[in-house]
Amino acid sequence: MKLLQCPVNGTRPISEFTYGGEYREAPDPQTSSDKIWADYVHNRHGSPGLKKEWWYHGPSGTWFIAERNTLTDNVSRTYLFGQEKDA
Amino acid sequence: MPLSLLKYALSREHPAPRFFRDCTEPKKTYDAVIIGGGGHGLAAAYYLAKDFGITNVAVLEKGYIGGGNTGRNTTIVRSNYLTPEGVNFYDASVQMYEGLSQELDINLFYSTRGHFTLAHTESAMRTMRWRAEVNKHVGVESYVVGPEEILKACPQLDISCSGQAPILGALYHAPGSVARHDAVAWGYAKEADRMGVEIFQNTEVTGIDVKSGKVVGVQTNKGYISSGRVLSAVAGFTPRITEMVGIETPIVIHPLQACVSEPMKPWLNTILVSGSLHVYVSQSSRGELVMGSSLDPYEVHSTRSSLDFVEGLSSHIVDMFPFLGNVKVVRQWAGMADITPDFAPIMGKTPVEGFYLDAGWGTWGFKATPISGKTMAETMARDIAPELIKSFRLSRFEEYELTGEKGAASVGH
Repeated sequence: MKLLQCPVNGTRPISEFTYGGEYREAPDPQTSSDKIWADYVHNRHGSPGLKKEWWYHGPSGTWFIAERNTLTDNVSRTYLFGQEKDA
Repeated sequence: MPLSLLKYALSREHPAPRFFRDCTEPKKTYDAVIIGGGGHGLAAAYYLAKDFGITNVAVLEKGYIGGGNTGRNTTIVRSNYLTPEGVNFYDASVQMYEGLSQELDINLFYSTRGHFTLAHTESAMRTMRWRAEVNKHVGVESYVVGPEEILKACPQLDISCSGQAPILGALYHAPGSVARHDAVAWGYAKEADRMGVEIFQNTEVTGIDVKSGKVVGVQTNKGYISSGRVLSAVAGFTPRITEMVGIETPIVIHPLQACVSEPMKPWLNTILVSGSLHVYVSQSSRGELVMGSSLDPYEVHSTRSSLDFVEGLSSHIVDMFPFLGNVKVVRQWAGMADITPDFAPIMGKTPVEGFYLDAGWGTWGFKATPISGKTMAETMARDIAPELIKSFRLSRFEEYELTGEKGAASVGH
């Protein structure tokens, strides 16, 4: 069984979690061009590597960030959004 | 074994026939380079040679031919999609498949079984009616059937699905077929080679050379090859190739797993799919049940398989066929599926001149092998997008003209 560390509830089975996609900065919709906005809406960094991702712990309703290597599936650390420095 | 047969096998005068030459040293330049020696890449090479007389072509395969998703799918060929552009495209492929064994002079074991997409809810029935109408409109034989007709084709099915999710009806698709998938790659390789195409296995592309917006060559582990035409047909490796030329795409990679049971006497004559239970199952010519499910839930660039998958799939298969409870799973594997947001491929020209993309094949690539090879060959030879694949262009995303296809494998509606 795969396990994942929830920053609030500790290590839990992966079946309790939902993947929320890569963490990405949104461009300002008021000032960005149509091309930049379309790129943000559709395109993804598809190649493998260490990524910051959103994950959700279902039973406790916790959204958090996991840093995961998408080639090896190793999670290096997890933390609540905005608490990167304390992790 | 009779001794004469053994003598024949060892004779120098009658060496075992090779399907294609064992190419090791690439030339310095080719008219076209195809990255990826799966069904799609080899088919493109074959149609480049056959339809356009372009035979100075190199196919570069990082591993061995047909060892990627061509040999990892569940071999189903069908065209009962949801959008007219999808149905037209896959129907052209089904028609090519029907004559492909003769054309390639290899037995593909192409077997038309009929294909049922089971509906367990009223909303699924609504989608089945929608798909049937679109299919009929385009001239593809699909219609909605009730439980009696499903049971006539497959009396072993527990129509109540152990009481969990009773089957209300199905979309029946008469041309639904299965084929021997590795033979498709080998057949195309054999015929392309015969016309002069060179196939290089264990040859990895490590870089692509682009000068003033135009592709000029590829760097490989066997040296530099110059060419003004490069096709990427690498499925799950697509993001790594597009990164080399600086093209952004919506493609993300999720593993797609499948497994086979131990062989049994033939009992399942048709192909069954359930979107609600996330399973598809058919019986191979060897007697194994070939079973697949939906995508793994998150991005991983790996072909490892998991216990979660067989557990989940088996419980749903036993809901449909309780008597399979004692049957063993003998093999499981995974492929890296290149998923697009609208469940349609990305085919054709790109912002880099001379660089063509045949990607985004997710869970629907095997059935499209002949038609994608043919249309990509035309795209490369004439530098235009054929009508059939115009709606699959890469630029549809920035133009907000997505296709709305959701007839892909085991996707819920």
